[in-house]
Amino acid sequence: MPEPMPPEPYPSGGSRVPEDGAIAATGMGGAMDLATSEGETLEEPPVGPDGTGRPERARSLWSDAWRDLRRNPVFIISGLVILFLVFVSLWPSAIASGSPLKCDLAKAQEGSQPGAPFGYDGQGCNVYTRTVYGARTSVTVGVLATLGVALFGSVLGGLAGFFGGVWDSVLSRITDIFFAIPVVLGGLVLLSVVTSNTVWPVIGFMVLLGWPQISRIARGSVITAKQNDYVQAARALGASNSRMLLRHITPNAVAPVIVVATIALGTYISLEATLSYLGVGLKPPTVSWGIDISAASPYIRNAPHALLWPSGALALTVLAFIMLGDAVRDALDPKLR
Amino acid sequence: MGRYVIRRLLQMIPVFIGATLLIFLMVNVMGDPIAGLCGDRQCDPATAAQLEKEFGLDKPVWQQYLTYMGNVFTGDFGTAFNGQPVTELMASAFPVTIRLTIVAIIFEIVIGITLGVITGLRRGSPVDSGVLLVTLVVISVPTFVTGLLLQLLLGVQWGWIKPSVSSDATFGELIVPGLVLASVSLAYVTRLTRTSIAENKRSDYVRTAIAKGLPRRRVVTRHLLRNSLIPVVTFIGTDIGALMGGAIVTERIFNIHGVGFQLYQGILRQNTQTVVGFVTVLVLVFLVANLLVDLLYAVLDPRIRYA
Repeated sequence: MPEPMPPEPYPSGGSRVPEDGAIAATGMGGAMDLATSEGETLEEPPVGPDGTGRPERARSLWSDAWRDLRRNPVFIISGLVILFLVFVSLWPSAIASGSPLKCDLAKAQEGSQPGAPFGYDGQGCNVYTRTVYGARTSVTVGVLATLGVALFGSVLGGLAGFFGGVWDSVLSRITDIFFAIPVVLGGLVLLSVVTSNTVWPVIGFMVLLGWPQISRIARGSVITAKQNDYVQAARALGASNSRMLLRHITPNAVAPVIVVATIALGTYISLEATLSYLGVGLKPPTVSWGIDISAASPYIRNAPHALLWPSGALALTVLAFIMLGDAVRDALDPKLR
Repeated sequence: MGRYVIRRLLQMIPVFIGATLLIFLMVNVMGDPIAGLCGDRQCDPATAAQLEKEFGLDKPVWQQYLTYMGNVFTGDFGTAFNGQPVTELMASAFPVTIRLTIVAIIFEIVIGITLGVITGLRRGSPVDSGVLLVTLVVISVPTFVTGLLLQLLLGVQWGWIKPSVSSDATFGELIVPGLVLASVSLAYVTRLTRTSIAENKRSDYVRTAIAKGLPRRRVVTRHLLRNSLIPVVTFIGTDIGALMGGAIVTERIFNIHGVGFQLYQGILRQNTQTVVGFVTVLVLVFLVANLLVDLLYAVLDPRIRYA
């Protein structure tokens, strides 16, 4: 089936024109494949591989990506680490007994011993218990901030890209403004006046400064998807704006957003720890790796273990999410096929 | 070219106003600008009212913003909590942070691009996989952890460097802090250069250059590198602003008295003038750096013409 050329030979803004026709629609090459393969299933009666069984579905971008992912060791390892983290943040008491807030000053800075494999910190708290309980905060902040940023950013960016016009220009200028403010700096200014010791101000701040990134990605990917033939066809058939957005554009424009959001999840966890380290993120009764690292840093000469274990847990968590994002990108990027 | 520069300069104005207004609102609406003036105690209401009148805080916020911006453009950034003019603080802080940023950028260019070229040319080799893995780890470990670990190892355990930087902050003292500041961007530069080199290696002009018998070194430096560096230059350019703003963490770890230190003090003591002043300058640096990068494009890539 010949690949139809899009009406515009290349997406606006692309200064480099690939010679290869197969890559010409990149960014949306996979989406085009998706569209044609769906077309095929409608035209030909589906035939199951073994006659009686379920008819084999045409492979979409998503099922293709899933097949790739299942064979990717990076995805499996990072996925297992993340599953473990989620389990630990839901049921921390399953692998750590005792309370993270119960500290005994007499044991301050003691090393590894039975019951406390990671030793004790400057306040005599059990480092192992605190590290295990700290996972919950990090995962909560990371997941909620990413969800907020992804929803807010993709709705704003997607609508601006779809409708264009004045609002698009205004939104682009607003994202420019947010990009000009360094993140850590904005966090210091905004969070230093907050006195609440819940995770919500930190999440709110991340959504506030994080949405422009996703909004740009979503806008670009909606604009590329909008130019595809099947969207023009849907418009010609009289589909309403909401139907075109939900049925035709969103499924084909959402992949880049998912990739960027997964990688951003790791960076948000890291950002939360950085802000907590600077003393403006989460406040002490909350158990957080950033707070523990900050508290341990003055005693780094005498009790480095109190700093190393939470740091290691933090690095491992961020690494797992970034590797997951990398693997998902490789699987969803049609250029690498 | 001239018209393009003017258009870009005009586009910078709304971004500049928006960003400074945003910071101004954050500081003024969320915090209490005069709370810091009475120390840790609560201000007594009469004093507070008098101070508010003196500083014009009883006026609407937009009017305060206009007055402030008017003063900034005549070179008056206000006074810090200890009575020092903010411009004096800037004069002592910015040279230090600029030195730190220069060290960081040199690391990014030298190490980042070298590693990127090596891995890009040998894609799939053990060196490539090793470097890729290391960059992933560097990206995942937050800067403050890298900084504390290096301080512990190099400064405390092995004694190669002094754990904290003196007030002079010479280039020699800033090598390790600069490396820490650069670490995450360094990893990104490596990955970016690698992808770009690997992509351009297959292009026609490289094949032509090899076919006409040019030595490999010349093909790589003159043909491949020049074209592959365009995205890298963009990244480093936009990174200048991020590095100067992100120096807060590094400067705190190594006790460097630069922009980050002054900002941190300003925020702790709720000193509006210091915070807004420094952020205004940082935003300007960021915008100018972005403009310079766009102009540099035309030098690196003759295909790009600005009308």
